[in-house]
Amino acid sequence: MATTIRGHMMSFIDKNKKIIHTLLTSVRLKPTQRKEEEEEEEDDDDPSSSSSSSSSANHKDDDKQQNQDRNQSQENKGSAAMASPTEQQGSRWRDLDKLLARPGNLVGSNFEPSPQLKQDLQEYAKVLVVGAGGLGCELLKDLALMGFRQIEVIDMDTIEVSNLNRQFLFRLQDVGKPKAEVAAMRVMERVSGVNIVPHFCRIEDKDLDFYSQFNIIALGLDSIEARSYINGVVCSFLEYDADDNALEASIKPMVDGGTEGFKGHARVILPGLTPCFECTIWLFPPQVKYPLCTLAETPRTAAHCIEYAHLIKWGEVHSGKPFDPDDPEHMQWVYAEAVKRAELFGITGVTYSLTQGVVKNIIPAIASTNAIVSAACALEALKIATACSQTMSNYLTYNGQEGLHTKVTEFVKDNDCLVCGPGVLIELDSSVTLQEFIELIGEHPKLLLSKPSVTYRGENLYMQAPPVLEEMTRSNLQKPLYDLMHKLSYGIIHANGMTRANEITTSCLKKIRISFKVIADGVTDMDTAGGA
Amino acid sequence: MAEPKNKYDRQLRIWGEQGQAALEKASICLLNCGPTGSDTLKNLVLGGIGSITVVDGSKVEESDLGNNFMVDVKSVGQSKAKCVCSFLQELNDAVKAKFVEEFPEDLIDRNPSFFKQFTLVIATQLQEKSMLKLDKICRDANTMLVIARSYGLTGFVRISLKEHDVIESKPDHFLDVLRLNNPWPELKQFSETIDLNVTDPVVHKHTPYVVILVKMAEEWAKTHSGCLPSTREEKKEFKDLLKAKMLASDEDNYKEAIEASFKVSTPRGISSNLRQIISDSLVEVDSTSPDFWILVAALKEFIENEGDGEPPLEGSIPDMTSLTEYYISLQKIYQAKAEADFLAIEQRVRSILKRIGRDPSSISKTTIKNFCRNARKLTVCRYRLIEDEFNSPNLSEFQKYFTDEDYSTAVGFYILLRAVDRFATVYNRFPGMFDGSWSYREMDEDISRLKTIGVGLLSDLGCNGSYLSEDLINEMCRYGGAELHTVAAFIGGIAAQEVIKLITKQFVPMCGTFIFNGIDQKSQLLTL
Ligand SMILES: [Zn+2]
Repeated sequence: MATTIRGHMMSFIDKNKKIIHTLLTSVRLKPTQRKEEEEEEEDDDDPSSSSSSSSSANHKDDDKQQNQDRNQSQENKGSAAMASPTEQQGSRWRDLDKLLARPGNLVGSNFEPSPQLKQDLQEYAKVLVVGAGGLGCELLKDLALMGFRQIEVIDMDTIEVSNLNRQFLFRLQDVGKPKAEVAAMRVMERVSGVNIVPHFCRIEDKDLDFYSQFNIIALGLDSIEARSYINGVVCSFLEYDADDNALEASIKPMVDGGTEGFKGHARVILPGLTPCFECTIWLFPPQVKYPLCTLAETPRTAAHCIEYAHLIKWGEVHSGKPFDPDDPEHMQWVYAEAVKRAELFGITGVTYSLTQGVVKNIIPAIASTNAIVSAACALEALKIATACSQTMSNYLTYNGQEGLHTKVTEFVKDNDCLVCGPGVLIELDSSVTLQEFIELIGEHPKLLLSKPSVTYRGENLYMQAPPVLEEMTRSNLQKPLYDLMHKLSYGIIHANGMTRANEITTSCLKKIRISFKVIADGVTDMDTAGGA
Repeated sequence: MAEPKNKYDRQLRIWGEQGQAALEKASICLLNCGPTGSDTLKNLVLGGIGSITVVDGSKVEESDLGNNFMVDVKSVGQSKAKCVCSFLQELNDAVKAKFVEEFPEDLIDRNPSFFKQFTLVIATQLQEKSMLKLDKICRDANTMLVIARSYGLTGFVRISLKEHDVIESKPDHFLDVLRLNNPWPELKQFSETIDLNVTDPVVHKHTPYVVILVKMAEEWAKTHSGCLPSTREEKKEFKDLLKAKMLASDEDNYKEAIEASFKVSTPRGISSNLRQIISDSLVEVDSTSPDFWILVAALKEFIENEGDGEPPLEGSIPDMTSLTEYYISLQKIYQAKAEADFLAIEQRVRSILKRIGRDPSSISKTTIKNFCRNARKLTVCRYRLIEDEFNSPNLSEFQKYFTDEDYSTAVGFYILLRAVDRFATVYNRFPGMFDGSWSYREMDEDISRLKTIGVGLLSDLGCNGSYLSEDLINEMCRYGGAELHTVAAFIGGIAAQEVIKLITKQFVPMCGTFIFNGIDQKSQLLTL
C-alpha cells in the first residue's frame, strides 16, 4: 500500500544540478479514477452553497466538493487547450489562479500552468503539519489559503495560557484542550472546503505507513529531537539506484521552520538531494549547560542558583519524587530555594520569571516571527507541489532584531550522512547469521569495521558493551539476520565499531543497506507484504 | 489577575514590562484590510496593542475568501472593515477594536487631520499617489507611518518618519566593555590583592580572567615602556605569557583569558557611530529639544570631561570562571564605577535642563540610568520622505544594486512595483489584470506597456543605462495584482515587527525599503 502511493507521487528532475520539483504533473498523468462520478453540482466557490453545506467541513462534504472539483477540472481542461485560458475571475481563488494558470519564465521546469493545477493541488497534494504551536497554527492557515485541501496535523500538547500571544487559533476558553484538534477545527470553520485531520498524540505513536501517505511534511517544531525523529522517518523511505543516487519517487520533501524571538529560519529539505536535518545538525547551537561543580561550589549568577535548586537540591530533599516543571508548587519551591542560595552568596537577580525560564528552557516567542517563517515555508510547499515558481535553495535565515537581515544559504548534502546518505549496500543470502554478518563487515573493503555493535531501527541486535547488554544480545548471533530484520527483504542496519586507518584506530558509525536475496520459495514475498 | 501577564510571558522576555506598556498605550490605524493588512494587525492584536482602527470602504467578495483569514463565507457582501475588525477582536479582548467604513484614498483626500489621533498608521496596498500624500500628512502630524504592500510574489515594507531614537537597541552581539585596556584605580587595586602565583590549585583555576588580564597587562606595560601589546607578534607573545601561567590544561579561567586577551589591546574611546551621534547638530539643545537629545548633550559633555574620552561604564560583567567571592567583588567594583559615571551624567542632565529653562527634575533617574547603561549602543534612524526618495534617489546606490547579482532582482522589483502603479493610473487596472478570460496577445501587450513604463521610470530617475529584466516584467504581468496569502503573511509579519520596534522604542527598526523576493527568497533591504 505504502509503496504504491509513493510510487506515483512526484517526480524530481535534476537539470543543470538545479532541483526542480513537480509533484502534481506526474500525479495528474496517473490516476484514471477521475472519470467516475460526474454529477451536476453548484460551483463550490459560490459562498452561498458553501455556507449551506455548513462551514465545518466533514469528510462527507469534502467528498462532495472533490467531485465538484473534478467536474470543474474536466471543463477547464477543455478551455485550457484553447488559445485564451479561462481564469475564474471573481471567484474565490482568483489570485492564486493567476500564479497557477499563467506561464512564466522564473518557474520550475516542469511547471504546467493551467486552471487544473489548482484542482490537482486540492485533490492530490497531501500535507502533514507536525506541531500545532506557534508555527503550526500559521502553517495550517497558510496552507489552507494557498489551496491545499488535504491536511493533517499532529501534536501531543494541550493549550496553555502562555501560547495565546502567538498561537492565534486558540482562545482563553480553549486552555487545556488538545492543540491539534482545536487548530484543525478553527481553520476548517474559517476556510470552507479544507479538510484537516488532527492527531492528538506523540509523533512516535504513528507508524511508517502513516508518514508515508503524505506528499509533503511541514515541520513547525521547537525541539531538535523531534526534528531528528521525523527526519529519520522520512529518510528511511529513501531508495537508491545502482549509482547510490536517491530515487526520485522515494523522496519526500520537507519544509522546516524554527524561531526564537526576532530570529528564525526556514528551510527546504529534499532528502537524498539536499542536506537533511542531520547533515547540518551543527546549525543548532548546543544547549547551555552549567558544570555541576560550578553549581555546587562556585555559583556566580542567578541562573546558577536556580539550577542548583532544580538539579541538586530538589533531589536531595525529595528523594525519588521527580521534579515536574508544570507543577506550580514545584516551581515555587525551586524559586524559594534559589533565592535562599543567592542570598547566601550575595548574588542578585533571581526572579520567579527567570526561574521558569531557566528550568523550562523557555524560548521567547512572538507572533510576527512565526508568521514570517511559516509563510516562507508554506510558499515553498506550494512551489514543491506545483512548480509555479523557482524555489528557495535551501536555507533561509531571518533576523529582525537589528534592522532586518535575510540570507539564503545553499548548504550541501553530506554524502556520508548516516541518515540520508546511501551508506553501503550489501546483498545477503537470507540464511546469513548475525555472527557471519559481523565477520563480513569486518572484511568488507568499504567498511572494515571490527568489534561492531549492530542496531536495526533503534533495536539492539548485538551490543559489544556493556557486559549486561552483550549477554542479553549474545543469543542473536546465531540467528539469521533476515529473521532479526522481521523477514523484510530490505532494511537499514547501523553498525558502530572500530576502524583502522593510518595506524590510528577510531570508533565510527556506519549505515549499511541490506538487500536479501530471497530464496525462491514464494513464502518470503508474502511475508514482506504482511510485515510492511 | 495572573492571566494577562502569563498570556504575554513569551514576549515579556523580549521587550519587558516597559515595552509591553508602550504597546498597550499605542493606537494604530490600518488602511485597507486585505490579507496584508489583516495579518499585520493579527500579529499586533495578539501581542496586546492598545487600540486598532480598521479603515476600508470595500465589501467582502468571494475572492477575499481565497486569501484572507479574517473573513469567512458569512462575511460576503458585508463591510470588510467590520468583518475583519470583529474577527481580530476575537483574538484578544483587551484590545479596543474599531472600524471606519471608508476608502483610505478618500479619507486621505478629504480628511487629513483624521490621522493625527494615532500613534502609528499602517498603510497597506495603497497606490503611489495616495501613499505620497499620506506620507506628507503623517510627517506633518508627527504620526509614524509603516507602508506595506504585497504584489504577486513580491512586495515591500517601508518605514516613514522624521527621526526615531533608540536607547535600548539590544543588539545581538555587542562586545562587553570591561576596560581592560584602561583599568581605573579601584579595579587595579583589587587586582593587586590577588596573587596569580597562588599555590592552592583551586584558587589558581578560579581566579577570574579579568584580574589575570589586568595584572598581566600591567606587567607587560612595565617592560614595554608603558605600552600594551599592539602588533600581531606582541599579541601572540602576550598570549604565550598567559599560556605559560597555566598549571594544568583544564584551567578554564586561563583559556578565557587567552580568548579575551585582545580586549587589552582594543583602542580606547568611542565608536564612530557614537561619535556621529554626539556630533549631530541636535546636541545644541534648547527648551524645545526632545529628552533624547538632552541626554546626548550630557553624554557629550561627560565624554569630553570626566569620562576622559570614554562613555559611562555599563556596570555589568559577563559570567566567567571564578570563585564566588572574587566574582561578586568584581561585580561590585564595576557597579560602583557605573554608579559614579551615572551620577556625573545625572548632574550634567540637571544643569542642562536648568540652562534651557526646563524643570531640572523633568527627566527621571530611571531614564538617565537606562540611558547610561545603553550609551554605547544609541541608535538614531532617520527616514527621507518617500517623495524625496522617488524624485532624487541615491543614484550611486542604484547603479550598485543594478550591477550586483545579489541585489539586481530586488532593485528590479523596486522599479516595477512603482511601474505597476503608473500603469494603473493610465489603464485603470494593473498589468495582467483582466476581466474573465485573457489571451496571450493581451498579456504580451501589457508586458510591452509595462516595459515602456519601467524604462521611462528608469530614465526619469537618471539611470538610463540600467537594464530591467524581461523575466521580471513578465512575472509582474503574470501576477496581475494578485495578493497571495503567504506573501501577505510574510509582509504582514515584517510590518508588525517593525511597528513593535517603533512603539516599544527597543531594537533597531529597518532603514530603507525591504523588497520581498518570493521567487528564491533572496529578499533585500535597499537604501535609496
Ligand atoms: Zn543527511
